[in-house]
Amino acid sequence: MKTQYAVIDNIEVPIENERNLLELIRKAHIELPTFCYHSEISVYGACRMCMVEVQGRGIVPACSTPVSDGMVVTTSTKQIREMRKMIIELLLANHDQNCTSCPKSGDCKLQRIAQKLGISKVRFKRRDEFPEPDLSSVAIYRDPAKCILCGDCVRVCREIQSIGVMDFANRGAKAFVTPCFNKGIGEVDCVNCGQCVKVCPVGALTPRRQIDEVWNAIHDKSKKVVVQIAPAVRVAIGENFGFDPGEATTGQLVTALRMMGFDKVYDTSFAADVTVIEEGNEFLARLEKGEKLPQFTSCCPAWIKFAEQYYPELLPNISSCRSPQQMFGALCKDILTKDMKISREDLVVVSIMPCTAKKYEADRAEFSVNGNKDVDYVLTTQELALMIKERGIDFGRLEIGAFDMPFGFKSGAAVIFGTSGGVSEAVLRYAADAVGGEAFTEYKDLRADSGVKITEVTVGGKVLRLAVVSGLANARELIKRIKSGEESFDLVEVMACCGGCINGGGQPISDDAASVKARAKGLYDNDKMLQVHSSQENPYMQKMYSEDLNKHKAHELLHTKYIVRK
Amino acid sequence: MGPATTKLNYTYAREVLDKYGRNPNKLIPILQDIQAEYKYLPEEIMSFVSSDLGISPSSVYGVATFYTHFTLEPKGKHVIKVCDGTACHVKKSEGILNALEKELGLNKDNKTTKDMMFTLETVACLGACGLAPVVVIDDKVHGLMTPESTLELLESIRREESVNG
Repeated sequence: MKTQYAVIDNIEVPIENERNLLELIRKAHIELPTFCYHSEISVYGACRMCMVEVQGRGIVPACSTPVSDGMVVTTSTKQIREMRKMIIELLLANHDQNCTSCPKSGDCKLQRIAQKLGISKVRFKRRDEFPEPDLSSVAIYRDPAKCILCGDCVRVCREIQSIGVMDFANRGAKAFVTPCFNKGIGEVDCVNCGQCVKVCPVGALTPRRQIDEVWNAIHDKSKKVVVQIAPAVRVAIGENFGFDPGEATTGQLVTALRMMGFDKVYDTSFAADVTVIEEGNEFLARLEKGEKLPQFTSCCPAWIKFAEQYYPELLPNISSCRSPQQMFGALCKDILTKDMKISREDLVVVSIMPCTAKKYEADRAEFSVNGNKDVDYVLTTQELALMIKERGIDFGRLEIGAFDMPFGFKSGAAVIFGTSGGVSEAVLRYAADAVGGEAFTEYKDLRADSGVKITEVTVGGKVLRLAVVSGLANARELIKRIKSGEESFDLVEVMACCGGCINGGGQPISDDAASVKARAKGLYDNDKMLQVHSSQENPYMQKMYSEDLNKHKAHELLHTKYIVRK
Repeated sequence: MGPATTKLNYTYAREVLDKYGRNPNKLIPILQDIQAEYKYLPEEIMSFVSSDLGISPSSVYGVATFYTHFTLEPKGKHVIKVCDGTACHVKKSEGILNALEKELGLNKDNKTTKDMMFTLETVACLGACGLAPVVVIDDKVHGLMTPESTLELLESIRREESVNG
């Protein structure tokens, strides 16, 4: 078949399978401004920034215009330029414009596009009254005064997560985006995944910050402050400092954290190895008894709240293992306090997470002892990048540092926890060894770039059926098929964010889907480089299980219970 | 309204949902029927409707706040609508509104009397500009109104209420 072409700004561009004109224009290396276009959610056409002129058709929004052969497109004319500037001015008139004190400053699309278009003055009178920020959630800070009504958060929550926490209310000049009944986002069904934070082009939705609290702890001489870093952070934080997505900056990260004043720098992956052993044993026991199958994973706190809200009948099927973050906190507050001879209150555990829901998880009542939390503060990757910048650390030129031991040692199996399929692969590596003494294998099917991965593997002569889903809408669909009897599995891994933690709501802002893939590759490469690839081979595991944990203690520190929230 | 009838509310809502076959596309007629019975859309009932139809409560809230026909607060027994469209506005509808607000002790944020007898609203245009200024009380249209004639109407309703009450 003859190749079809469109002419974009005087250049012929071949049409392949672009879904709309905007994608074709991007392929022609032109960055059209847009607030509301995201390739992974539906086209909405709200912001009108991507207006272009198509010969014979006039001015149309590129995002919602299909491509056709022979199309002649001009992406900027005098009229279009004036229209775009007018839209920005109108948005700014309706915006509080407190840029310097906005958490999104520097990463804000409104700021960036206004600057690109050379907006020097807003001709329209600014709105008189602005709504107050919503402080109801420990995970997400919502500031409706900054909302530009693009609807990105509404669609990502409805389409990717199948929840629909927010929607438009009222209409016309009074329209606004809100959770149901004008409640706070912490008072409704929000699972804190932060995918809305990820797509929000402005500062209307940002991670709820704990930066000041962490500095205060570091500066408090009476406290020992230890930090744990989740796997997905190391392959993403570099993006804030000029590294490529996926490039592991673990060593720089460790050095930076030491320079900032943390007493010990540890790796959440250590606790992920513990998770693999606990969850693996639980899985093997269930397989043997043939009960409570499929076993669902429990690492993702957004998935846990989702299940508690919508599928209480599945709670017995969810692994009782705490997430690596919470195992880590509990182990620190038990073992480290004894080693350091200090009280729980004087040991501050900070975690660096790619995730906003981890803030909510750390705040759950069951993860406190006498009002003292196992994990005191949770910083997202974004917050840590800000702290490193505040501290004036030249991240790119740092010497490579090494984690403190023993909680800094991990297997490769623990590192791949940060990507969808990683937890299952890690558990399989453990189970295959425990059951049949099988050597370590890579489970390539689990590494596919897909929201739903179904595969069969043989472990100890037995065929196991596995499902790996990411995105809660995918989880909902899979659960429907399991409940109808259409599908049956032995193990189901659920991550709320598409692609897993590497694409979490607390990660550096990126519009490029390729960067998520690069982060996943970064973790698998990291696994290859490490000395051991299975959790049971981590020498500190054996030591800890024999010296610090008896069966009762392991249960107390490493397992949890769920709450029906329906 | 009030807690005493909460149980009844759910029963009625269930009947309405049955009537429309729990079809999420029928959300608007469902809300209309519920409002017709209870004079407003209670939050608990909207939550119930949303979980029963399998749509998010925020979407139900979005629809309920989009249309001025729907109200999220209980309205008074008698609803007075003063038209403030262009024609009525130039014919001094504002004076009528001010007179009613003063008489009923209401304002922009407070639209229903404490005894739940009257609710005062403004509407953008009723399409009866030839009769401007227009006041609608309990769905009956009164044209060519003045503040005085409106207060007389109000007085006659009060008299009727005291005879019946």
